[in-house]
Amino acid sequence: MIFSGVPWAVLVPACPFAAAAVLAMVPSWRAGAWINFLACGLCFLLAASLPFQVGIRSDWVLVDRLSAHMALLTAFVAMTTAWFSLTYIRGEIARRRLDRRKLRLYHAMYQAFLGGMLLALLSNNLGVAWVGMETATIAAVLVVGLARTPSSIEASWKFFLICGVGIALALFGTIMLYLAATPAVGAGLAAMSWTRITAAAARCDGRVLNLSFVFLLLGYGTKAGLAPLHSWMPDAHAEGPTPVSAVLAGSILNVALVLILRLRHVLSGNAEAIDPGKPILALGLLSVLFAAFSLWHRRDVKRFFAFSSIEQSGLAAFAFGLGGPGAIFAGVLHMTLHTLAKAAIFQCVGRAAQLRGGQRFSDIGGLVGTDRLLGLTLAAGIVAVAGLPPFGLFASEFLISVETLRHSVWLALPLGIGLVVGGWALMMRLQTLCLGPPGPDVRGGTLPAVQLVPIWLHLAIVLVLGLAMPAAVADWLRALAAGLS
Amino acid sequence: MLAPQGFGTFAYDFSHLLGGAALVLSFTLLYQRRLAAVIHIYALQACVVGAAAAWQGFAQNAPHLYVTALIAFGAKGVLIPVALHRIVRRLDIRRQIEPALGIFPTMILGVGLVGLAIAVVLPSTRHVQAQTLAREDLALALSVVLLGMLAMITRRNALLQVVGFLSLENGLMLAAVGIEGMPLVVELSVAVLVLVAFVVFGVFFFRIRERFDSLDVRRLDPISEERR
Repeated sequence: MIFSGVPWAVLVPACPFAAAAVLAMVPSWRAGAWINFLACGLCFLLAASLPFQVGIRSDWVLVDRLSAHMALLTAFVAMTTAWFSLTYIRGEIARRRLDRRKLRLYHAMYQAFLGGMLLALLSNNLGVAWVGMETATIAAVLVVGLARTPSSIEASWKFFLICGVGIALALFGTIMLYLAATPAVGAGLAAMSWTRITAAAARCDGRVLNLSFVFLLLGYGTKAGLAPLHSWMPDAHAEGPTPVSAVLAGSILNVALVLILRLRHVLSGNAEAIDPGKPILALGLLSVLFAAFSLWHRRDVKRFFAFSSIEQSGLAAFAFGLGGPGAIFAGVLHMTLHTLAKAAIFQCVGRAAQLRGGQRFSDIGGLVGTDRLLGLTLAAGIVAVAGLPPFGLFASEFLISVETLRHSVWLALPLGIGLVVGGWALMMRLQTLCLGPPGPDVRGGTLPAVQLVPIWLHLAIVLVLGLAMPAAVADWLRALAAGLS
Repeated sequence: MLAPQGFGTFAYDFSHLLGGAALVLSFTLLYQRRLAAVIHIYALQACVVGAAAAWQGFAQNAPHLYVTALIAFGAKGVLIPVALHRIVRRLDIRRQIEPALGIFPTMILGVGLVGLAIAVVLPSTRHVQAQTLAREDLALALSVVLLGMLAMITRRNALLQVVGFLSLENGLMLAAVGIEGMPLVVELSVAVLVLVAFVVFGVFFFRIRERFDSLDVRRLDPISEERR
């Protein structure tokens, strides 16, 4: 079935896994870096064909608008980040944080991480999606602990234990979801397929669905970085190599959120089950508020932006909790734009940290003074993530706020507080990071402009989607949201 | 398939005996202080889960479950405990571990969690009639999962946390094999084994002797002060 019907869609996750196997055997890090980039490019090209294959739903493969959209986004960010990584790792070797042997592991795990995420996105089978998440987690843990400093080991161990428990809970939830679906679709593979379960949601066992919902929400919520299950994220982002932070920041959160969104769709189709929106909304709101206030006390730049990711992930979860085509449209748009903008920021921060030799605010402060181009690019990225015009996140946050007001004024109040407090913290940090005077003992140095091209590409997409979203993209997202509500 | 299922039929009672044995071993993990004994208990629990898988394979007439059973016996019952013993010797970890929480409160919490698991699972699976075999087994499995998490929380030593995690995975396997006709059980048990093996490998790879500061709330503050 796999081989006859849907060759291309299967190749999308297969390509990174094959590349991981090749990279594990290539001793030269220069060759490895190029193979990594080319494999990501190939994977992106393959993923670019996914929107034209929408409608494939076998027992194993699912290409609907949501999975095609997210897989394309993930592959794109992985490609530009691999491009960024080409020159970034040279700097890391100079700083002696990485060596040849570690880079081999790094490149292989980068691909395995990407493959795991694409597998989770494109699989129609709950068990395979779980395996994809597991693979991505293990690969990410290995990369985060790569520097082998005490703090990076601590971060990766914490990441591993917390996310390990998370995915263990998700597996229990998966088993329960199968049990809930068997009365409706019968035993066997069908009861593990998203599309079959969704179609027969009304006839599933509502009480068992509730039980599975709790476990899956907690399990995948851990991976989505939702408070109070977020505590692995700041450490993992701060300690991991920057390219991985950039991919982690957006993509793995998205994959987890996509699975939660699908689960929500299943539960909302069942009259007996609880309303799935409220718990998702509550976790999302809690994350937004918690992260917005946490942003104020940070000294480490990557840690700071990790908290910002928790906030944005919470905001997307909040939108999914609200439900309805408008909110899901806004949530998916927000997820997409945030991934692009946050990857751009992490790439800037990685460059800046290499130039200045540290990743604290005191190390990087006053970037415009020493490297005008990099400083202004970072400033643009921060403006985008803060949700200010002209960037696209303004539009998505505005849409989410409007949907919230339509729902209830009392929900809009705490959400508004969270957004304002978080955005304010970002603007304050924009001052110190980019515009303020550089510290007295700061090393100078500028970056060749060509290294900023992938970052500009990301910001340009965010800008265009904010100012003038092409009608085709809007229609695509609208149809995507309509299919899920 | 042994057709009538319910209290009094052998298939039913024996699968609960095995599930109950796994649960009792989980309780033993909670209070045991000697590291070697903890590893032995884990090995025993893995074997019980393996036996449960084999029994379900027989009762459900599902031969693929024998593979799961074999994995549980061979990898979790023998290889992983041997690796853990080696880690204890090589990394020279202290053999006696004081739990973070006293034994009495831990046990009370454990009993509470088992009560919670039963209160949650049994009423909500009331309508799952086709699979009476699964219902109580699921409650037992959830109890093992929750006790594994409790063991991770109440121990301050990295290796004991790992054992808690491994025991949690045993609970997951117990749940998966108890559900009739569940596909991909073998594949999932292999995937879980990879995860489990990686945790054990992680202890060795990162040379983790003691519990990490970051997981110990009392020692968390000064470090995050400095780094945040």
